[in-house]
Formats: sequence, C-alpha cells, structure tokens
Amino acid sequence: MNTMIAAPALLSQATAASASEAPEALRAERAAGHREFEANGLPTTKVEDWHYTSVSAIAESTFAPMQGDASGVTAEQLAPYIFSTSWPTLVFVNGVYAPSLSQTDNLPAGIRVLPLAQAVGELGDVVTRQLGTLAPAARDGFTALNASFLGEGVVVHVSKEMVIDVPVHLLFVVNDAGVGGMQHPRILMLAERHARATVIESWVGLTDGTYFSNAVTEVTVESGATLHHLKVQREGRNAYHVGTIEARQGRDSHYVNFAFTTGAQLSRTNVYTVLDGEGCGTTLNGLTMLDGEQHGDVQTRIEHAQPKCFSRQMYKSILDDTSHGVFNGKVFVQSIAQQTDGKQTNNTMLLSKTAQVDAKPQLEIFADDVKCTHGATVGRIDETALFYMKSRGIDNDTSRQLLTYAFAADVLETIENETIRDELERITMRRFTSVTD
Amino acid sequence: MSATIDQLVNREYQYGFSTDIEAETLPPGLSEETVRFISAKKQEPEWLLEWRLKAYRRWLTMKEPHWPNVTYEPIDYQASSYYSAPKSIKGVGSLDEVDPKLLETYAKLGISLNEQKRMNGVAVDAVFDSVSVGTSFREELAKEGIIFCSFGEAVREHGDLVRQYLGTVIPYSDNFFAALNSAVFSDGSFCYIPKGVKCPMELSTYFRINQATTGQFERTLIVADEGSYVSYLEGCTAPKRDTNQLHAAVVEIIALDSATVKYSTVQNWYAGDENGLGGIYNFVTKRGKAMKNAKISWTQVETGSAITWKYPSVILQGDNSVGEFYSVAVASKMQQADTGTKMIHIGRNTKSNIVSKGISAMKGQNSYRGKVHILPKAEGARNYTQCDSMLVGNECGAHTFPYIEVQNNSAILEHEASTSKIGEDQIFYLKQRGLDAEQAVSMIVSGFCKEVFKELPMEFALEAQQLLGITLEGSVG
Repeated sequence: MNTMIAAPALLSQATAASASEAPEALRAERAAGHREFEANGLPTTKVEDWHYTSVSAIAESTFAPMQGDASGVTAEQLAPYIFSTSWPTLVFVNGVYAPSLSQTDNLPAGIRVLPLAQAVGELGDVVTRQLGTLAPAARDGFTALNASFLGEGVVVHVSKEMVIDVPVHLLFVVNDAGVGGMQHPRILMLAERHARATVIESWVGLTDGTYFSNAVTEVTVESGATLHHLKVQREGRNAYHVGTIEARQGRDSHYVNFAFTTGAQLSRTNVYTVLDGEGCGTTLNGLTMLDGEQHGDVQTRIEHAQPKCFSRQMYKSILDDTSHGVFNGKVFVQSIAQQTDGKQTNNTMLLSKTAQVDAKPQLEIFADDVKCTHGATVGRIDETALFYMKSRGIDNDTSRQLLTYAFAADVLETIENETIRDELERITMRRFTSVTD
Repeated sequence: MSATIDQLVNREYQYGFSTDIEAETLPPGLSEETVRFISAKKQEPEWLLEWRLKAYRRWLTMKEPHWPNVTYEPIDYQASSYYSAPKSIKGVGSLDEVDPKLLETYAKLGISLNEQKRMNGVAVDAVFDSVSVGTSFREELAKEGIIFCSFGEAVREHGDLVRQYLGTVIPYSDNFFAALNSAVFSDGSFCYIPKGVKCPMELSTYFRINQATTGQFERTLIVADEGSYVSYLEGCTAPKRDTNQLHAAVVEIIALDSATVKYSTVQNWYAGDENGLGGIYNFVTKRGKAMKNAKISWTQVETGSAITWKYPSVILQGDNSVGEFYSVAVASKMQQADTGTKMIHIGRNTKSNIVSKGISAMKGQNSYRGKVHILPKAEGARNYTQCDSMLVGNECGAHTFPYIEVQNNSAILEHEASTSKIGEDQIFYLKQRGLDAEQAVSMIVSGFCKEVFKELPMEFALEAQQLLGITLEGSVG
C-alpha cells in the first residue's frame, strides 16, 4: 500500500531549511521535522485520515519559501479583514512578521504576544515547554514540514488568573508578492491556570495566485483556564491551506474553537484536543462555505483522557457548484475517562446537484460509563420549509436565501464575542442574500 | 453475587462438542493442486475449475487486509486443511441414507433433518465441514419450481443457472477472503425462486465445522427471479477447540425486479475462551444486488466467533430498490467484532435503512463500520442510519466508523449514533419491581435489541434472545 508521496522538491528545501542558522531552541525540532518528513513524506489517500483529500497537487508543485515582502500591503487593504482596530493585532505578510502593520502597544497587562523569534529569547521556557510536544513532527507530513522550516510564528502567553477581555488578532496575509511561495508559521498559545482570553487566527489572501500556507498551532489550556480560539480562513481562491491545531487541556479548563472556512482551492483544517484533566471540556464548532471547485476538509479529534469531561461539536457546511466538503470527527474515550459526555453534530447542505460531501463521524470508546452521541445529516433545502415560507407570501429566492442563511446562522450564534459573531454573520448574509449590510 | 457471575462466565459453550466420525480430510496445505482436487472431488465442469483457478491465481497476488479494527496472530494459510467430508456421505440422496451419527449431531444442535418430526416447516440444507449432508423438504419445494439444494448439486444439475449468476455480485477478485473462498469453496447452498413465486416456507442452511484443522469455505447463492419472495435463515456452530479456525464464506444474493429477499443469520461459532484461546475467525463477504423495485433485507445476530469481520451489503442498482440492514453484534470475553454494512445507491429513489446495535462486555471490542454511498445518478435517495452501542464493564470497547459519501444533492441522509451503559437507575428500578440483577440486565438488553429482533423470523427471534442471554450472563456485576 502506497501511503507516502515523496515530494522531492519539498524535501530538498526542508533539508536546506533545517540546516540553516537558527536559535538553539528551534534547532532540535527542525532536525526532528526534517527526519520525519524524509521518512513520511506527504500522505496519500490510502492513509485513512486523508482518504477523501488528495494532496498530490501540493507535492507536485514547487514553492519557494516566502520572503516577507510587505511593501505592497497597506492598512486600507487590510481594513476589511480586521474585526476591530482597537484590538491588538499582529500582521504577518507573505510569511514574515510585519511590525509596521501591527499594533501591539494596546495589549493589556497579563498577556504577552510576541513573534516567535523574539519569544525564543524572552519567553524561552514557554517556547521550549510547548514546541513540538503537543504537535510532534511525527504526527504527519505537514506537521513535519512545518517543523523543518521552523522560524516564523507567534507566541501568545496569558499569565495565570488574568482575564483578558480584548481579543488578540493574528493576521496572516499573502499578496501578489507571495505568489508561488509557501509559509510555515508556528503558533504557540499558553493560557495559564484560571486565565481567560480570546485569540483569532486569520488567514487572508489578497491575491488570486497560487501559494501554500502550512500552519501548526500548539495550545495549552491550564487548569481552570478558558481559551476562545477562532480560526478564520479566507485564503485566496487558488491557495493551498493546511492548518493543524493541537491542544492539551488541564483540569476544569474549557477550550472553545471555531473554524470559519471560505477560502483556498484546497484546504484542510485539523482541530485536535486532549482532555487531560478531570472535569474539563471542549467546544469545537465550525462553518464551511464552499463554491466553484473548492475542496475543504475539516478533521477533529477529541481525546477524553480523564473522567468527567465533556465535548461538544457542531460542524456545518454549505456546498455549492462542484465543491467538495469533507468532515471527519473522531471522539476517543479512554478506559479511565468515565462519565464522559460527548456530543457531535455534522450537517451539510448541498446547494447544487454537483456538490459533494464525505462525512465520517467516528466514535472509539473504551469506558462504559459514558454518554456519547453523534449525528450527521446531508440534504438540500427543506422543501416543506420552503413551501411554508412561500405560502406566507415570501418569494422563492428570498425564502431560499433565508433558509440557507438560517442554516449557517445556527452555528455562528455560538460565537461568544459579539463583534466577531456580527462580522461573520454579515459575511455569511452577504454570501447568500442580496442584503449588503 | 460474584459467585454466580463466575459460574456463569465459565459456562460451557453449548455447542462445543465434536462428533467422532470418520472423515476424508485433505492434508493441510494450499496449492493449485488443492484447488484441482476439490474441483475433481466435486465432479465439477471445466468452467468452474477455470474460475476457481483464476480466483486462486488472483488470491496469490493479493494481501490480507488489515484495516479492520481487530488484532490477531497472522494466519498460516498452509496449516489449514481445505477439504474434509464425512466418509459415510456417498453422494446426494434422500435423508434416509444419511449416517445416523450425523443426524444425531444435528439433533443435538437442535436441527432436525427428519421431516416428519419437523414442526415449524423450515427446509434445511445441513452443511457439515466441507459438504452438504442433506436437504429437507425438497419435493415440496420442487412443486413450486423452487430449487433448493447444496451448491455442488446445483453445479451438476442446474449448471447454467449457477454459471449465469456466480460471481456477478461478488467477483472472485473482490477481496482477499472472497478470492480465497472462490478458489477453495467446498459446498454451500443454492436457491432459485422462479418468477412470481412466494416461497411457502423459510429456507435455511445450517453450517457445522467439525474437524479440528479445517477451514470452512462455503458459498451461498440465492437468485430470486422477478416478483418472487424468499426468507432465508443461516445458523452456524463449531466445536470447542484451542486453535483458531478460519471461516471465509461468501453469500451472494440477486434480487431481480420486484423480488424480495430476506436473509437472517444467527451466528454462533465457537468464540474462544475468556483468555482468547481458540475460536473461529469469521471473515465473511455478503452482498446482494437489488434490481428495480426489489428489496434485500439483512438481519444478523452475531454472538459467536473470536473475530468477526463482516459487512453484509446491498447494491441498490434498480430504481426504487430498498436495502435494509438490522444487526445485533455482541462481543464478550475476548471477542472482536468489526461489522456493519455498505449501501451503494445507484438507482433513483433508492432507500436504505440501517439499524445496528452493538453490545460490548468483559474484554470484547465491538466496531460498527458502515458506508452509505450516494452516486451522482441516485436522485431522491434516502438513508436512515442508527447505530447504538452499549458497554457493560470498563474493559471493553465500542467503536463507530461510519462513512457517508454523497454525490447527489437530492439525497437525504440521516445518521445517528449513541453509546451508553446500562444505567444503575434502570437496574435499580427493575430490582425494586422484584427482578434480580441478571433478569433486569436481560430485560434491558432485549429492549435495546428489540428493533432488530422484530425483523427475525419467529423461531430465530426466540433463539437469538436466548443466545444473547447466555452470551451476556455473568458480565454484569
């Protein structure tokens, strides 16, 4: 069984990158990444986790590492993608931190947000404690590739018991100067015990050219802490995007992730979390809206490793034209994780005849005192609902638009932060209706 | 209560005896010669030998699949014997000629081949190791034009029919175990229901493995012609032995336009002991093809086998065809079950319904693996899937691997799954009403499985219920 694409071009680049000059703290992980990438390559569709998503297009293309030319990007261009100008924002242009476009002086006390290179010096132990431990290079080819290019990225550190009300926005932008390039940012987040914060990870393409983003995010939510983490993926129409988020949670913590996906020709979002403390929980939600020939794949894995934890998942997708959506949600319950409460919902709406969806909601349970359910549905707009609306005097088009929007709004409403929720609702509304604002 | 539990856990497998009967057994080993020997032994025509050899050659190029969620020691395909037949069987004849020892064996299993004593009117084809020992009610069925006989006999007497349909649903190249079966299958049942005929009784095949080192490779082919109806039952047992025996069967069903086939299985192969020693490896390929307005319904109660690897599937080829799958799978002791179904929607307005109930106890591992595939032309396809798991004890596991693939937006799919345990409060409630713990559990479990049991024919439903009771007894404390 052929489970590996060798990707020689990427490998020789990875060899060069992992051997180049780097801070001591990153060197070992780079070497591990290179070793694993050489051994594993990129996965083929024979690998169960990649069954519905072929990445051969990535393996066959040649990308140069992005050089971070920020000269062509203006604040005006970024304005539509910034939820609020009053929030601390770190902007990365074409793979490299762009201080001139960022705003960090408004960071409140108790939270530190630093580019990775700077954090290696100032937050050394936060970096070394997390780097490669939550998302080991051995996980898969993309994580290994990211590790071998280690250098760019950002570290978010919330000190214990600090409640940070202002969301922090990490914005990764690619414009024409980044076409044909690739970026491998690494994001580390640490919410110390009883801390509370919201972080948005945004991926934006200001170009229709082809490029490749391959991000890895490692998240630690210590006991009693709550972290809201949003990933808004609006990459360019021809971009490739692979993003892995791996979290580990302590006792009574809560990790909330929302994945909003509309961009890229081929995207893959992995959200993995380990419930590693008694009584903790996670809420993973997401909305994927694709059209044209887009391919979007969302994978989740929740590992219940301790008793009395809960997990909630709601993923929805709306697929139009010949787009292809994939959802694979896994819930593992280890034998000591008694009194686990898990719930997973996956709904897909197919707007066109040619749209396609593959879903694999998976449960693996080794403990007996558990309550786990999952449900999945696939269908088009409910004809009876449509008829009802039409019988009330609403025309066909408006009824369809409203029903489609309502389907999406259901999951958007779960976003706690009002500004983010309103903005994503507005994007969704604009997508399906003629309402402009 | 633990004393009772111990007693029950160590309870003997009821069908674990073996029959001491002189048998002609091929020495262990598999080669082209083995295939030729079996074919010659069964006086098969040239075309079937060619087909077997093609299957064998293909099998040599295939690799044993390891994707199911089960673990076992590698199988040595050369260590097993591929043919074993009681010497006393001289050929197919009336039941009067059957060795009394064999009849006794079947009587002990509760299967009476003696038609006069038969109360419930089920026609049985009894397969003992590699051969069929007898088929009851043949004349009565023949009056309706129904052909029900052993596979070997069918090849000899209805060669054209067999040739027309053999391998049309499960080609010899389908998978590793189907290829192996196609090469070395020894016997099995064949059934043909003519146009418009409703089969007046349940047809049944009873499989028995007796010899120690043989594998059993039987093949069942059911052809239901236009507008016909048949309900088919399958039962299986094996002696208790310390070694693992391989059972790689193939069941093919063809339901032509407007035909209905209902196939029920109560699988009770020897499951091995609580340390996982011995037991049958049950690696079975079952698939049906439903043409226009046809319906194929699989019902299975899986309580036996050390390892079960089985996915009865339906290809919904014709418009308006219906596929159903009802399953209760129990994995207790050290059993591992990876079972489920595949519904392939090709025709318009095709419907499928899946109800799967998995029960895991002691150290059992139970997986549901199912696939619902809606092809682009399957306008108006509809699927409903429900898979529930119940865990008894904290050393067992329950897993769900559903695959949903939709390529047509007019399809409506619903999938629901839940996992739960028998609640303390439920047991408390029943105990408070005067039931003891065992009875309470048994009642809760039958409630859990009710939706599937109601699909079984009457006799089977009772047997299944009892079987379930026995398998799970003692696993609750």
